[in-house]
Amino acid sequence: MTQQVSSFDADAQGYYGGTWGGRFMPEALVAALDELTAAWQDAMADPEFVADFEAICRDYAGTPSRLYHAERLSRQVGARILLKREDLNHTGAHKIRNVLGQALLTRRMGKQRVIAETGAGQHGVASATAAAYFGLDCTVYMGSVDTRRQALNVARMNLLGAKVVAVDSGSATLKDAINEALRDWVASVDHTAYLFGTAAGPHPFPSMVRDFTRGIGDEARAQCLEQYGALPDAIAACVGGGSNAIGLFTAFLDDEDVAIFGFEPGGDGVDTGRHAATIHAGASGVLHGARTYVLQDEDGQTVESHSISAGLDYPGVGPQHAHLAQTGRATYRPVTDTEAMDALALLARTEGIIPAIESAHAVAGAIEVARELAAEKGPDATVLINLSGRGDKDMGTATEWFRLGEPDDETGEPGDETGGPA
Amino acid sequence: MSPTTATAFETARAEGRAALVGYLPAGYPSVEGSIEAITAMVDAGCDVIEVGLPYSDPVMDGPTIQAAAQAALEAGTRTKDVLRVVEAVAATGTPTVVMTYWNPVERYGVERFAADLAGAGGAGLITPDLTPDSGAEWIAAADTHGLDKVFLVAPSSTDERIAMTTAACRGFVYATAVMGVTGARTTTSDLAGPLVARAKATTDLPVCVGLGVSTGDQAAEVASYADGVIVGSAFVRTLLDHADDPAAGIAALRALTEDLAGGVRRA
Repeated sequence: MTQQVSSFDADAQGYYGGTWGGRFMPEALVAALDELTAAWQDAMADPEFVADFEAICRDYAGTPSRLYHAERLSRQVGARILLKREDLNHTGAHKIRNVLGQALLTRRMGKQRVIAETGAGQHGVASATAAAYFGLDCTVYMGSVDTRRQALNVARMNLLGAKVVAVDSGSATLKDAINEALRDWVASVDHTAYLFGTAAGPHPFPSMVRDFTRGIGDEARAQCLEQYGALPDAIAACVGGGSNAIGLFTAFLDDEDVAIFGFEPGGDGVDTGRHAATIHAGASGVLHGARTYVLQDEDGQTVESHSISAGLDYPGVGPQHAHLAQTGRATYRPVTDTEAMDALALLARTEGIIPAIESAHAVAGAIEVARELAAEKGPDATVLINLSGRGDKDMGTATEWFRLGEPDDETGEPGDETGGPA
Repeated sequence: MSPTTATAFETARAEGRAALVGYLPAGYPSVEGSIEAITAMVDAGCDVIEVGLPYSDPVMDGPTIQAAAQAALEAGTRTKDVLRVVEAVAATGTPTVVMTYWNPVERYGVERFAADLAGAGGAGLITPDLTPDSGAEWIAAADTHGLDKVFLVAPSSTDERIAMTTAACRGFVYATAVMGVTGARTTTSDLAGPLVARAKATTDLPVCVGLGVSTGDQAAEVASYADGVIVGSAFVRTLLDHADDPAAGIAALRALTEDLAGGVRRA
């Protein structure tokens, strides 16, 4: 048995609160999932494995990431804003922690090949990186819509030696990339490990990914106590599948005085139907092996999700988030594309930090929370945000959104304002 | 009384042969078109019919069935249409089961789906992404309505899981012959025979083999050790290849069915 991590753990079958999660998978994969469950539990109980994982994260990925007091942003908001700088990790996001853990486990299990799905490309790049580090063959499945909007990350994966397969089926985005990776895995499971990119999917993935990303919260909690002598009033993260969020939340779940917020991609606005706010607007269902909130129609067909952020553009969500939402331990709110992009620009100009659009959702939502808390507690109110990734990959989207690179000032020719020469 | 799979397998066994189980998704090329196609398969020798419920995220299906299912969904096929196809096919007297991923059933309401499936004359459900250990609600509903519960066993299944799975089945057991998704293959799997033997050691239920069979010769080979031969992608491929000439598609479907029906009879 694994050790208990919080009061919100899954049971032995992978159910959170008896309902969410589980394992709705083809029988052909059950033996592999059982093998993975046993290997993960065995590894987590082995001090040598845990020490290896910590050493690789430290020496190779650059953890612990810093906890940074964003003073200028804090002044503007009127509350203390702390940023957990996962954007400074190797490969530019929290995802590296998860893949290093899973790849280390893959090596321990004696498998030679890894597959992964990716949306924005961050998990794909992280997987390709880990595969290069451990000398594993790597194939990454990516929706063809995403390969176009994240071309830079495709190039990075290729450079790292991974094969990138563009997926045209379905909506040709993250969910379809997961479908295709699962199809590969059904046929290759004897020699291939599936590096699942988020805290979703069948048991044991949600719990295992939590174990490999929870360092974010463990570090942030200790750093906050050390630097400020107290826990934050609230913590915040963006939630697509939910790996960076569960990585941050886990250490704080049993701290009753810390409010927990997850910010979902609200796209054009939840009332437009063009969004990916799964918890806010979805219904209980089964997707990719777990019971969770799913964006679906009345027949249970998955509905296409929309977000400016490819990494949040997913019609499901990790089952532990469903559980935290239902129990009220965490609060989930939607943040629109516009709100996220405004926050991205604000952070760039106040702090000189360009966040990933995913993380900008957390910044936008957290600023609202900080203002609410400041109204109640004054300027010492503290909100800790997981800045899960950096925005280099998003410059194409940002350039288009903000019309960057165009002249700022269209003063035109003298005389224009008076209607030209008389 | 709705036609039962048990009767179909007994009849085949009495004739000293395996049963031919044919799959098509409901709603491709249209709801009426799928009824016509399946009826042709019944006329030409299918003993049991599987009606596929098209689903947006079919992780066990290869490109052929994905393409037809996606087309069916884009044409507006709904769960209630699937039940309409079941009703029409079951009315021919051929036992008809539904093959479906789990979420559409959960969304429809498990008990309500079981009641409506039984009401349509359906014989039961094949659940490719629901194993008995996750399927308590479905098992209870199927028991209430006397429906077949067809779970899958795979070459990777342990003996313990095979025993657990076959004990939970009613109607027949679905043995996946290969490690992989649906789709016609040029050679039959050498994993299927041992898997059928392991399954049969745990149950008296008929054990059928699916995934990969597309010709009469392959059907004959599989029929030599299995109680039923399940064919899906080859039928779907036939319809997809004649998308612009439905009459030719039906004729080709008939010819394929006759070839396969001949195969299960010469094992």
